[in-house]
Amino acid sequence: MSSNISIPVDGHAHHDDHHEHHPRGIARWLFTTNHKDIGTLYLCFSLLMFFVGGAMAMVIRAELYEPGLQFVDPNVYNQMTTMHALVMIFGAVMPAFVGFANWMIPLMIGAPDMALPRLNNWSFWILPFAFSMLLSTFFAVGGAPAGGWTMYPPLILQTGAAFPFLIFAIHLMGISSVMGAINIIATVFNMRAPGMTFMKLPMFVWTWIITAFLLIAAMPVLAGVVTMLLTDKFFGTSFFDAAGGGDPVMFQHVFWFFGHPEVYIMILPAFGIVSQIIPTFARKPLFGYHSMIYATLAIACLSFVVWAHHMFTVGMPLAGELFFMYATVLIAVPTGVKVFNWVATMWRGSLSFETPMLFAVAFIILFSIGGFSGVMLGLAPVDFQYQDTYFVVAHFHYVLVTGAVFAIVAGVYFWLPKWTGHMYDEKLGKLHFWLSMISVNLLFFPQHFLGLAGMPRRIPDYNVQFAGWNQVSSIGGFVFGVSQLIFLYLVIKCIRSGVKATDQVWEGAHGLEWQLASPPPYHTWTEQPVVN
Amino acid sequence: MQDTNRKLSLKLALGAVAMFGFGYALVPLYDVYCKVTGLNGKTDRIGLEQALTKKIDRERWVNVEFVANTAGTLPWDFRPDVTRVRVHPGEITQALFAARNTSNAAIVGQAVPSVTPSEASLYFHKTECFCFTRQPLAPGEAKEMPVRFVIDPELPARIGTVTLSYMFFSVPDGGTPRTVAAAR
Repeated sequence: MSSNISIPVDGHAHHDDHHEHHPRGIARWLFTTNHKDIGTLYLCFSLLMFFVGGAMAMVIRAELYEPGLQFVDPNVYNQMTTMHALVMIFGAVMPAFVGFANWMIPLMIGAPDMALPRLNNWSFWILPFAFSMLLSTFFAVGGAPAGGWTMYPPLILQTGAAFPFLIFAIHLMGISSVMGAINIIATVFNMRAPGMTFMKLPMFVWTWIITAFLLIAAMPVLAGVVTMLLTDKFFGTSFFDAAGGGDPVMFQHVFWFFGHPEVYIMILPAFGIVSQIIPTFARKPLFGYHSMIYATLAIACLSFVVWAHHMFTVGMPLAGELFFMYATVLIAVPTGVKVFNWVATMWRGSLSFETPMLFAVAFIILFSIGGFSGVMLGLAPVDFQYQDTYFVVAHFHYVLVTGAVFAIVAGVYFWLPKWTGHMYDEKLGKLHFWLSMISVNLLFFPQHFLGLAGMPRRIPDYNVQFAGWNQVSSIGGFVFGVSQLIFLYLVIKCIRSGVKATDQVWEGAHGLEWQLASPPPYHTWTEQPVVN
Repeated sequence: MQDTNRKLSLKLALGAVAMFGFGYALVPLYDVYCKVTGLNGKTDRIGLEQALTKKIDRERWVNVEFVANTAGTLPWDFRPDVTRVRVHPGEITQALFAARNTSNAAIVGQAVPSVTPSEASLYFHKTECFCFTRQPLAPGEAKEMPVRFVIDPELPARIGTVTLSYMFFSVPDGGTPRTVAAAR
């Protein structure tokens, strides 16, 4: 897109040394307003939460290794499933994408920093407080929340002392992501380099603008609905209490009005990352750039009118079931456009399969599997069989683990040499990929069979007929968990040492970020480049 | 630059605040939507005079079935006196439900009605119902609770049976539930 770029001398590495005056040590990270520092903080925080949430997943898989109760009692098990989801969604996946946005968007659009650097500092530093508060509930009377991350009343209202902590933690996470979203929109709208028009923006930037609007529209609704839960429990309102004239099903409607856009918040930036990686290693420009943008917009708009497909079984009228079913299946069209565009980008390209490309290709294949099971779940008549079974668990882990998480890992491999100035260890990267690829399918694919056979979610014990596939799934889970330690080791190793990376890093890489030194100086694009 | 950033972020922040409000607005919006379409099986309340103006259709019979339940651990014995009646559309009918508090504590209950098929709820009018108000029962106290209703003659011909279900919830002590009479 932007092949014709003139770079002012000041934008280059070696002339920038005199700019690098900033506090050292912990103060640097506490008070930083630098987009690269904040991006790093977000990514490190996300990695930490990935392992915290992953540890809970290991407990879940250990318990399910055999029928019967082995390690934890049912209440602790349900705390694990609930907290695993909350930590992974709000602590691992969403902050990772904001971290990428912080690091890459200013570099990609030729901006010196984010538009609102102080707000940026604040939106990150809220998160450690939010998650300390959430995780501290493991020590609360009655334990951590165990009513499921979807927080359906009246069950969630039985949560003990943890309840207000859960609600306020969600408020903080919401405030953090809305501030992050505002910052990203302001940056892209106001800080683009001269000549960097909207239709020249890299796809990652485009998907993030759309995600940011989704965040602003959806997160406040979540904040509202959990506030209603809070006032129902402590202040005598009856939003969801039938005795007082409320309706518990209402909660599901309002929650999923947030919840469905939320799933696209977690996948659109992943689409963006993959759209950067595939053209690089196919050595061809992205096929169908414009259709990609329109498809993303279409997905974002449709995401607000499909929420009730999460609740087909609550007793909706036929017209409602039909509307939400057709609207849901319609989303497969723009999503299909994207998948075909990626495949067409690879078609007859000069492909090479470095680790980021491996993860990106795996993303396309495995995310499509998750998309197909999503279409199955979107069909109202069959959803009555699938609802609340392991089929649903298999579906959303295919779109979130092999979808969002694989894209995040691909993005880390892709940009790690740019961030650190060192090439990562390619052999270890490939080992990490193949171990993850095989184990993640062992982990989640059998869950389709279990779900179709009727195994319910969120229950620590099961009928012996489910024992075989659960064992396979657990073994896959343990291998997948351990494989991620390779990733941790590789990232640390790459930060500390490695072959010096070139500015362009990848042979097929194009765009403003690859014109900068690796690692880029503390301040970049202090004089904006001109894109012709 | 600073100024445009400030303006844009202010607008976006206002958008976020508006969406917070919209989340709350969804609650009455759903109520209105359910009332208009009859979804959710909520029935409406009409005055006796209005009920008397309905023309009685002697040609047609409609079965009305009664279902009674208690929620959770509410220690009440609650059942309809008869489980099924045959009525003419337009005819004012009274049905009785009996509730008895089997516990040693005074409990206040609130009945929540629902009509199936939900389409029929638009044509199911009540002039009097024990669900319009909260019902206190002393320990061991039993009470007959009437409901008086009329089926609208406009009820679509394909609907031959209407089920009226009540579930009693206990009203928590010290709670101040918003008034429900209007919606019922």
